[in-house]
Parts: sequence; C-alpha cells; structure tokens
Amino acid sequence: MAIVTLTIDGEQLSAQDNESLLEIARQHKIEIPTLCHLDGLSDVGACRLCLLEIEGSNKLAPACTTRPMEGMVVHTNTEKLKKYRRMIVALLASEGNHQCSVCMVNNHCELQNLAYDTGLLYVRVPYLYPNKVTDASHESFIIDRDRCVLCTRCVRVCHEVEGAHVWDIAGRGIDCTIVADLNVPWGSAESCTSCGKCVLVCPTGALVKKGESVAEMEKHTDFLKYIVTARRKGEWISIENEEE
Amino acid sequence: MTVEDLQELAEQEQQRQEKFTNRLMYCAAAGCVSCGSINVRDMLKKALAEKNLAATVEVVGTGCMGLCGEGPLVKVLPEGTLYQRVDETVARKIVEEHLVTKTPVKDNEIDTSHPFFAEQMKIVLENCGRIDAEKIEEYIAVEGYAALARVVTEMQPAEVVEEVRKSGLRGRGGAGYSTGLKWGIVRKVQSDTKYVVCNADEGDPGAFMDRSVLEGDPHRILEGMAIAGYAVGAQQGYIYVRAEYPLAIERLRLAIKQAERLGLLGNRIFDSQFNFRIDLRIGAGAFVCGEETALIRSIEGRRGRPRPRPPYPSEKGLWGMPTLLNNVETYANIAPIIRKGSTWFAAIGTPKSTGTKVFALAGKIRNTGLIEVPMGISLRKIVFDIGGGTPEGTEFKAAQTGGPSGGCIPAAHLDVPVDYESLSSVGSIMGSGGMIVMDSTSNMVDVAKYFMDFCKDESCGKCIPCRVGTVHIHGLLERIAQGKATTNDLPLLEELCMMVKETSLCGLGQSAPNPVLSTLRFFRNEYEELLQEPATFVPSGTDTPPTTH
Repeated sequence: MAIVTLTIDGEQLSAQDNESLLEIARQHKIEIPTLCHLDGLSDVGACRLCLLEIEGSNKLAPACTTRPMEGMVVHTNTEKLKKYRRMIVALLASEGNHQCSVCMVNNHCELQNLAYDTGLLYVRVPYLYPNKVTDASHESFIIDRDRCVLCTRCVRVCHEVEGAHVWDIAGRGIDCTIVADLNVPWGSAESCTSCGKCVLVCPTGALVKKGESVAEMEKHTDFLKYIVTARRKGEWISIENEEE
Repeated sequence: MTVEDLQELAEQEQQRQEKFTNRLMYCAAAGCVSCGSINVRDMLKKALAEKNLAATVEVVGTGCMGLCGEGPLVKVLPEGTLYQRVDETVARKIVEEHLVTKTPVKDNEIDTSHPFFAEQMKIVLENCGRIDAEKIEEYIAVEGYAALARVVTEMQPAEVVEEVRKSGLRGRGGAGYSTGLKWGIVRKVQSDTKYVVCNADEGDPGAFMDRSVLEGDPHRILEGMAIAGYAVGAQQGYIYVRAEYPLAIERLRLAIKQAERLGLLGNRIFDSQFNFRIDLRIGAGAFVCGEETALIRSIEGRRGRPRPRPPYPSEKGLWGMPTLLNNVETYANIAPIIRKGSTWFAAIGTPKSTGTKVFALAGKIRNTGLIEVPMGISLRKIVFDIGGGTPEGTEFKAAQTGGPSGGCIPAAHLDVPVDYESLSSVGSIMGSGGMIVMDSTSNMVDVAKYFMDFCKDESCGKCIPCRVGTVHIHGLLERIAQGKATTNDLPLLEELCMMVKETSLCGLGQSAPNPVLSTLRFFRNEYEELLQEPATFVPSGTDTPPTTH
C-alpha cells in the first residue's frame, strides 16, 4: 500500500493506491453517479455510469474498478461524460417497463433519481416494452423483471453477504434475466433463506415486499455497512468476493 | 525422448515416405470433407487396389490447401500437380491416367503458377496440404518439435522471450499487441503457478483461419504453446476451442495423445526439468468468450462474461494466476521463428508488422479460400491477383475485414498496404483474418445491419451500452433499410454508435459499432438515399423534447 497524489476535477488529492477512484472522489465530496456499485459489495464495472476521463488515456475508465496512480489527472463531469450518462439512463428507461406512477418505490427509486440527476427529460430511442416473467410465488416478496436494470446487486448480496447464491443471470444480451436457483419460481427456490437482502439493495421496484402500495416502499441499504464492518473485524464469516 | 530420438524418428519417416513412387494428398479439412473428399479418398484407394498400386502409392489426408471454393482438392506428389473439383470419376481418372499412363487429367488440373499461389507466402500454413495432420511422425519429418527441442535443451527462457520479441511478431487475434512483450510480462511476474492459454474460439462470420490450422497442423500449436510454457515458466496449457469445430477438436485430442506418448508433452520433456501438459476446453457457443477475460471465466467453468481490465490476465488470469493468452495463429508462428531465427522473420512484411497473415477470402470473389500473404501486401493484390477479382459483370465495391469488429474498405483505398496501422487509418482493423469482398450488388446498409444483428445476439448483457445500445442501433438500421427512418435518425444513429463504442465494457461492445461507422464514412449516400423528411423537428445532440409535440 502506498500513498499517491492525483488530481480530480482540478483538486489535488492524496489517496491510498488500493482505494478505487470512486471511494477517493466520494471521500472528497465529489459526486459520481453509480448504479451497479453498492458500498459493501464487490464491483463489476457494468453500469458504466461512473465512467471517468483520465488524461493520457484514450479510453474512459469506470471509477469503481480503477485504482489511482501517481500524477493521474481525472475529470468526472465533462460534457461528454454528462451526455453519455444521460444516454445510458435513457437506454435503461427504454429497456424496461418503468411506469413510475404505479411503482411501489416511486420517489424512492435510484433509477428515477439518476434520471433527475443526469437531466434526462426525453427518451429519443423507442421503448422496447419487454414482457418478462413477474414472479410473486415467494411468500413475502415479488420480482418484477420488467423493472429490473440487471445491476446484479441482488446476485452479489446473496452470494457475498448472505452466502446463499439464490440469484444468477440467465440468457444473454437483451434477453438477460435474473433467475432463482436453476430458473425455478422464487417461492420454490430451496436455497432462499427469505432474508430479504436482495429486496433492500435493489435500486428499483424490481424486487419489492408484498403488501406495500404504490410509492410506499423505501429501500434501505444501510444494513450492509454493519455486516461488512463486522466482517472486517473478523466477527462474521467471510466468503471470497466473487461476482455473479 | 531425446533430441537424437527425434532426429531418428524424422529420418525413419522420411525413408518410409521415399518408398512410395507417388503420394496422393487429398484435402481432409472441413471444407473439402463437406463436399465429399472422404468418398474421393475411398475411390482413390479402390482404384489403386484395382491397378495393383496400393503398395507403391500412398493416399494421405492433409490440411487445407487453400482454394476451398474449388474443392475437393487432390495433389499428386512428387510432381505437385493439383486437381480441383475432384469427384469419384475424376479420382478414378487420376489413378488411371495420371499414375498409370502418365497423362495429367487436363480438365481438372489447376495452374499452380497462377497468382493465387505465386503471390502467397506460407509460414503458418506451410504444412497444410503437405502432411497428414493425424500422424505425428509426418510433422516430425518436416522439422516438427525441433524448435521445442532446441529451446528446452539449448536456450534460457529469457532468450526465448527475447527471440520472439526481436521477431516483431504481433498478436494475430486482432489487437496486434507485441507477442514478445506479452511473454516478457508473464515471465517476470513471480508465481509458482502460471498458465498458457490458446484462444481457438474463432467466431467472426466468414473466418476459418484458425480452424484450418488446427485441422491441418495441430502439432504446430502444441509445439508453440510448449515453447511459450518454457519461456514464461508455465506447466499447464489450455486450448479453448469452440464446440462448432468438431474435426479440429478430434484432431487436437489425437495430437495431444500422440505427443504425450512420445514424451513431447508431459514430464521431463527432452530429459530436462521442463514439464508441460495441454488440455482442451470446449466453448459453448458464445462469441464473447473470444474476449480474454470472458474466455478465462469460461475455462474456470463460470458464465463467460468479461470483467474490467486491469488487472490484465498476464498478472491475474486463470484462477487468479498469471496467464499467457495468445491466438492460434500467433502460436503457429512460434516454431518457425525459433527454427529460422528472428532476423529471418523480421525481414518479412513491413518494419512494424512483420511476418505473414492468413486471411479467409470470402464473398463476391472468384477464388474463395484460405490464403497467407506477407504483411504490407496491397489490398488490390489480394482481391484482384490472388482472389481473381469479383465475378463477371460486377464491380468491386468494398472489402470487409475484421468481421463484426472491423470495417469496410472502399475501392478508393484499394492500394492500402495490409498491416495493422494502415488498416486502422482507413477505419478498419486487421482483425483475426476474415475478409469478405463485396461488389456493386451489395447494399452497405444491409451489411451494417447484418453485423449489428450479430453483435446484438452475441452481447453478453453485462454492460448497458452494449446490451441495449446494440438493440437500438440494429432497430434504427432496420428502419433505415425499410425506408421508414427520417433525417433525424442518422445523427441519433451516429451518437448511439459513438456512445456504445466509448462506454462499453469489453472489446465486443467497443468495436460493435465499427461496421456502421465505417460504412457511414465511405457510403453515407446509401444511408441518406433511404431517409425521409421528419414530421416534427427534434434537435439532435440533446435529449430535450421536440418543439412541437
């Protein structure tokens, strides 16, 4: 571990070289939008919202999986990045059936917040209106796959924190879906402990608790902090971080 | 097995071959097998038996001889006469006329002084059409495993890396990274366990270079990998080969078994401290598994999805260990470089792109098949001299290189030298070696749509730009092709392409828009001709609502 100095948005900072650029930026109150990232889970660099421009590199780099280097000059909020982030949110909006007005997490939704934050007012690409399976077979929870953004937070929290690995991804490309066990109804997934962690970390209304009405359900991701801290102190069994 | 044993084996095999007055080499690669070369073999054997020639003439199944469009091919040695479109009748004639009455079968004879053969230069394919791929002795008889013997008994690992570096060899998978530098990085990483992996997941539509090498000369890959293993300090190699290549898999399995039996793979190779094993891993039909991090995950038995780099596989690859990953054709170049020296290799091609490149010529061209040319040859020579130009009555329009990651090179750039830098300067890439020729009957919007359809189906779905962006780009192309798109859709198409190119996670997404961007660059009029005026004005470049709605 070593200390490096770098520049983020004109600000000279020093940081440890095993931290991600995202962690460093957030420590210094520099906001970078994220979706697949969640403190306490491993990073997969999949949503591409946290992409940064690094001087001297012709490729954009995701903040969550990029480590700092001595003398690095990073820009987090250029016009190009803002435009690409807006387009990514637009693509997400077009991919699912995100009808906010009839969603349980309306006003508590990370996708909705991202749309506000990136200034998305109008989606220029056609909506794809998917028709994936909505599964209410679990006694306490529902998965509405048309509202899923495939961030894989549920997959990771179930594998890395709960240790059950109920969720995984089936299909490829636009046909990707989250499946329980070997693609069985959630209610008959034997590995599920009904802990509800996946529901709490889901950024949208794809995973929700039964019995809540429109705009009533708030998601809480704070619990992860306690588990991860306990694990670091050795008070909790640790599984090798292994995405998906 | 010692070096002397190897030489003895080579001599024995040469003597065995010299006993035959003639050797009939029939093409046993997938292309010719699919058009009946097995029947040809049976007929050759039957006719030889009838003429009492079975003891003096050998029938040999070989690798691809190149002119796949005219198969099945049969070559008569030692004369070197090559016959095309050999069916059972012609096979009988070859025996009865060529061998017995010594008059070549004129109707089916190919003129081997034709530029198709004369302009080529064979290093990777030197043994294809020359040896029986299923007999290790034949490979040994043409100096096979001599390079491995030399490396293991005479050279230090660092010397091997230096020799490869000096040769200037660059990765033949498409990206063109210096092979020697890559080997050097893996060699320098401290680790007890390292791996050598061969990427044989060739998936570009129209490309069959790697398949032909694997089918025609599998031992060459094993030898190249073993040399790599010695150089970087690995004891285990994996060949990741796609399941759609059953013949290549069969021959690789056989080749590994033969090499193990002779002690050329396994423990204490050539009585040294060097141990090296190779196993096969069969792909399950995902194009994205040709991407190195996805390939590694697939070998590990997990879902083949790419991960962000760094860390690169050379530091953290298979099961977290330093891993050397090269393409089939790259490994195929190693043995000749060691045998003939880096200076010899570096003198071929251009200073920055040394050696040769194998291309699979397909599309609207007279001579379709497998060719190997020195780097720096002009595209014109490939298309018009080697390929014989487009069919009667049509004009050359573009050559597509690099498959779904590449671009189209129009007639105006026909004199571009075929090397890594020049091809990227005209908006295409070297790629793995697919080359599809298009003539005036080809519609460029359809070409772009075809490749985008491929990419959208092959996207793994991990990152948003590739998963959703490719679907929308394909949808827009579909609308343009149907004449339903407006002039507002073209800027949107370009914006989406740039966005997918710049923000996707792996090479698949980053290069997926290339066919669209390159056809837009050179054939923009073909797109514009199909567009209509929009009903309402939507400003491009912003995501603001239309002014009237």
